[in-house]
Amino acid sequence: MLKSLTRRHFLSTSAGFAGAAALGGLSGPARASGDLTVGFIYVGPRDDYGYNQAHAEAAAVIKAMEGVTVIEEENVAETQDVQQTMESMINFDGASLLFPTSFGYFDPHILEVAPKYPDVRFEHCGGLWSEGMPTNTGSYFGYIGMGQYLNGIAAGHATKTKKIGFVAAKPIPQVLLNINSFLLGARSVDPTITCQVIFTGEWSMAVKEAEATNALADAGVDVVTCHVDGPKVVMETAASRDCFICGYHANQSDLAPEKYLTGAEWNWATVYKDMVEKTLAGAPIDNFVRGGLAEGFIKMSPLGPAVSDAARNQFEATKAKILDGGFAVIEGPLKDNAGNEIAPAGTAYEETDVALESMSYLVEGVIGSTS
Amino acid sequence: MNGDIGLWAVPLAMLGGAIRVSTPFLFVSLGEVITERSGRINLGLEGTLVFGAMSGYALAFLTGSAWIGVLAAALAGAIFGLVHGLLCSLPRVNDIAIGIALMLLGTGLAFFFGKPFIQPVAPDLPAINLGWWSDLPQVQAALRVNVLFLLGFVLALALAWMLRRTRMGLILRVVGDSSDAARALGIRPARVRILATAFGGALAGVGGAYLSLFYPGSWNEGISSGQGLIAVALVIFARWSPVNCFFAALLFGAAGALGPALQSVGVTSGYYLSYAAPFVLTLVVLILSSSKSGALTGAPRELSITK
Repeated sequence: MLKSLTRRHFLSTSAGFAGAAALGGLSGPARASGDLTVGFIYVGPRDDYGYNQAHAEAAAVIKAMEGVTVIEEENVAETQDVQQTMESMINFDGASLLFPTSFGYFDPHILEVAPKYPDVRFEHCGGLWSEGMPTNTGSYFGYIGMGQYLNGIAAGHATKTKKIGFVAAKPIPQVLLNINSFLLGARSVDPTITCQVIFTGEWSMAVKEAEATNALADAGVDVVTCHVDGPKVVMETAASRDCFICGYHANQSDLAPEKYLTGAEWNWATVYKDMVEKTLAGAPIDNFVRGGLAEGFIKMSPLGPAVSDAARNQFEATKAKILDGGFAVIEGPLKDNAGNEIAPAGTAYEETDVALESMSYLVEGVIGSTS
Repeated sequence: MNGDIGLWAVPLAMLGGAIRVSTPFLFVSLGEVITERSGRINLGLEGTLVFGAMSGYALAFLTGSAWIGVLAAALAGAIFGLVHGLLCSLPRVNDIAIGIALMLLGTGLAFFFGKPFIQPVAPDLPAINLGWWSDLPQVQAALRVNVLFLLGFVLALALAWMLRRTRMGLILRVVGDSSDAARALGIRPARVRILATAFGGALAGVGGAYLSLFYPGSWNEGISSGQGLIAVALVIFARWSPVNCFFAALLFGAAGALGPALQSVGVTSGYYLSYAAPFVLTLVVLILSSSKSGALTGAPRELSITK
């Protein structure tokens, strides 16, 4: 509600009064400094120790590239707002490659705007591009579930209560995969471990995240990770309740170095550099881009001082297996936490399996429900 | 980290939540009670709260003292209140419209100046451990009471006493109930209202400092989930009584803790519904306490919503 009064919003509404010619003059110098203008759109602040920071750090790498101008806008809601931001980046700033990074931007907003601008490339993080969608759109994502699996291994060794916790925003497939991977990682250490999940229902809601973390600690959880936009509050609150923490999105070890085990981090610079280089060279970009640890899309934070030798060995061995390829986290026989079979014995879903991107269940051992 | 306390976790979490979450509601609504008792509504307190959170965090980080942060937040809040009070004293200026403008200004300025302070870690306000008698970590955590919470409690009592028993309270009430009567007594209503709004702003700033300096204890642009707006509604809910504000704030804090607490004991479905608990609760209490004859009992007569 309050976020609707953004600069671009103002620009686009005031355009009618100022006249297109004046604004054309304004955007001229911005365009002159580079051959390619790339626009980044974030749903929250750029320096949130989390999702948006991971993208902004990569945007900073792009900014340093020859012949590229980067424009950015933060705090853009997943509403009509993002459509206006995209259109004004295209019309006023001359952007021809856009990275609207938040999950909710894709459908319907990008899908509605993209057909109007066939010369502009829309690259969306986390969406599921499929045949029939505009060909100037694409989606990219990383197999960060593997990172949460590795987090789970560190957590499984560290937990004494055999209860680990997960503060989650919304029950979308990527979040569910992270929760399931975190538990299965821990269960590879000790199959009696359970994972308590609390959904806050919002990507960023500081007080609720703190309350959720406290509720986890009250329930006897002693290792916490999360999937919210800015993990800072969860990490600080969990550490203050004497829980170990596993990071997400970016490296949060600064917040509580003694309690930080490891973390699953994005490494978007790999993806963005590749896409910008291809655009500059006039080469096509795939509409569907995915990658994991091996491709450098994700990375792990260095292991913290509380990680035992046994944990370190299993962590490194599993990481090596993941790097080799073919490693599957979701592997039969496996049931969901309502008792339904989701993978019979002998089946395995590798990280590249697209079926994982429409996950709708929590596996056995996760205490929580998706609605 | 041991001891499974089962379903007891829910009431305990609600108690803890009431103490942890209620303080911003308490301070903002206490401030607004004083402002509204003088006959003005300041809807801009949400912006004041966010700006208070930012300036408090920034000053605490720069000086290394959380208390200087609280003072800075109070000062910034008082300035916002003063601006509101002065503008509304001009002829034909509507206090609700100015409030909304100041709300947008406050959040906008806080986001603008707050950029460099999202990353750094500022010192926290101290808490008093009232749960020392218990072996249960859950009880100890629930009873870690912040000094500002206790201060808010004392302030609620003091303001109630001030309104009822002192000359200052009498002046405030006269101004709030009838400008004409106040003028006849030789009081200048505008001056009283400006001061009352500045006081209200200062308290809202302190409420914001609690958010960024204690719970959840960091500054970011999503720090407020509308506490400033809800607290203004709480004032009506509390029938313009400071002591009622204290209980209303506690109730709201406890209801807010219900969602996460239920999920943590395994009541996992329907969490969107349990998150709506505070708002459902407000509706229920408002309906139960409503009556045809005295819907606005206790409302100052000069308020623009009652005129």
